[in-house]
Amino acid sequence: MMSSSTKSSEDQEPFELKGNLFTLTVMYLRHCNREAIDRHLAEKIRQAPGFFKNAPVVIDLETLTETDDFIDFAGLYDLLRGRGMIPVGVRNGSAKLQAAAVQAGLPVLPDNRSPVVAKKVDRPSGQRSKIVTQPVRSGQQLYAPDGDLILMGTVSPGAEVLADGSIHIYGTLRGRALAGAKGDTEARIFCQNLEAELVAIAGHYRVFEQLAPDTRGKAVQVYLLEDRLIIEPLSR
Amino acid sequence: MARVIVVTSGKGGVGKTTTSASFAAGLAQRGHKTVVIDFDVGLRNLDLIMGCERRVVYDFVNVINAEANLNQTLIRDKRVDTLYVLPASQTRDKEAITREGVDRVLNELKQTFDYIICDSPAGIERGALMALYFADEALVVTNPEVSSVRDSDRILGILASKSRRAEQGDDPIKEHLVLARYAPDRANRGDMLSVDDVMEILGIPLLGVIPESQAVLQSSNAGIPVVLEDSSDAGLAYSDLVARFLGEERPHRFLAVEKKGFFRRLFGN
Repeated sequence: MMSSSTKSSEDQEPFELKGNLFTLTVMYLRHCNREAIDRHLAEKIRQAPGFFKNAPVVIDLETLTETDDFIDFAGLYDLLRGRGMIPVGVRNGSAKLQAAAVQAGLPVLPDNRSPVVAKKVDRPSGQRSKIVTQPVRSGQQLYAPDGDLILMGTVSPGAEVLADGSIHIYGTLRGRALAGAKGDTEARIFCQNLEAELVAIAGHYRVFEQLAPDTRGKAVQVYLLEDRLIIEPLSR
Repeated sequence: MARVIVVTSGKGGVGKTTTSASFAAGLAQRGHKTVVIDFDVGLRNLDLIMGCERRVVYDFVNVINAEANLNQTLIRDKRVDTLYVLPASQTRDKEAITREGVDRVLNELKQTFDYIICDSPAGIERGALMALYFADEALVVTNPEVSSVRDSDRILGILASKSRRAEQGDDPIKEHLVLARYAPDRANRGDMLSVDDVMEILGIPLLGVIPESQAVLQSSNAGIPVVLEDSSDAGLAYSDLVARFLGEERPHRFLAVEKKGFFRRLFGN
């Protein structure tokens, strides 16, 4: 006999809406000469062919030099799509331009400096943290998507460990550690001994040409404070 | 049940073939029927180190291609009658070795041999991957210097991910560290990594430390696995290594600088 708490698949909600943070390429548009745009795009793509393929891009209208309020957004959309990029929205610009963009099917994304509070970042809950007990060998790469990475061994030089959340190393970090890989600036890196080649949080990185003498042999944490990487011993 | 043991390192020139030859000879001396296979197609030298280069008629590629059978190809050692060598081809290239072929040959060898030692070529490409793919255990040969340690670390990662045991989710390959060409005086001076330094970075059990020794060069030129030269320090170290592998407790020798006595200093060593 089915208990009343079980739902059939039709009763369950078909989807869930959650806020999330994405890092996107922004195209700061200066003017709308289509030929010039196409030429410049072709050049950029030639330099890095794979980078722009199917890349979502936000068009920022703030740097426009022209004063007229008209932009053929539909034409611009086709132009970019033709080159492999996918416009997903616009940012800034006058109200009239924004309205035109919406008409053409491009949403207006919030300005990063606006007083409107950005949607709360869906912080990785840490419930999907990945625990690895083997040492991470040179040439290996480990990635913990949507959570923290917990390592119970050392990270050899030439190895790379990444996590969308924080990285905890119960051992020596000799390779590279990149936390907050999807942009979470609150992520941290913890290790028992820092001899790393590189550490990074949400894209802000630091290479270590020389081992920092004051943190040698000590347990440290690495965190981001106003875009600066702070490296601090853990023990008082 | 036969055990397949790969002798590998990543880095070249650290002592894989020297170790393969002595390890195989040491096991055979203790009565185990042992075959050592040269996986370095095109740059073979196991046959030289074993002293049987003039007795090679057929080679590993011939057997894989069914141009010869194992009986015709295996070379029995003249000094230790439980020791056999399966030489590599010198003229073919490495594409000739296929995974199915190697699997077939190893399965046939497992019928009659206790230990199958695979002498890997240097690097992490096809030959090295083929040599380690079917292994049950691995001897990772490392010299106490930074690039060798880095390469050994890399090969440890590959042993844990690209072997058949890893692909099929079986028990992982049992790893052993062989620290070769160790010079305690240079380690003490800080010119060379110490045993502890290497252990800290690689983190696998130490099977043996083989001292830097004139005997190795002399033996390889003479075509005698150095373990059969039981008066030399390297020979004794290999002998200890084999004993440890078979489960005996042996303290590590040749780790400390020998204090030269008065007469030795006078007359030279």
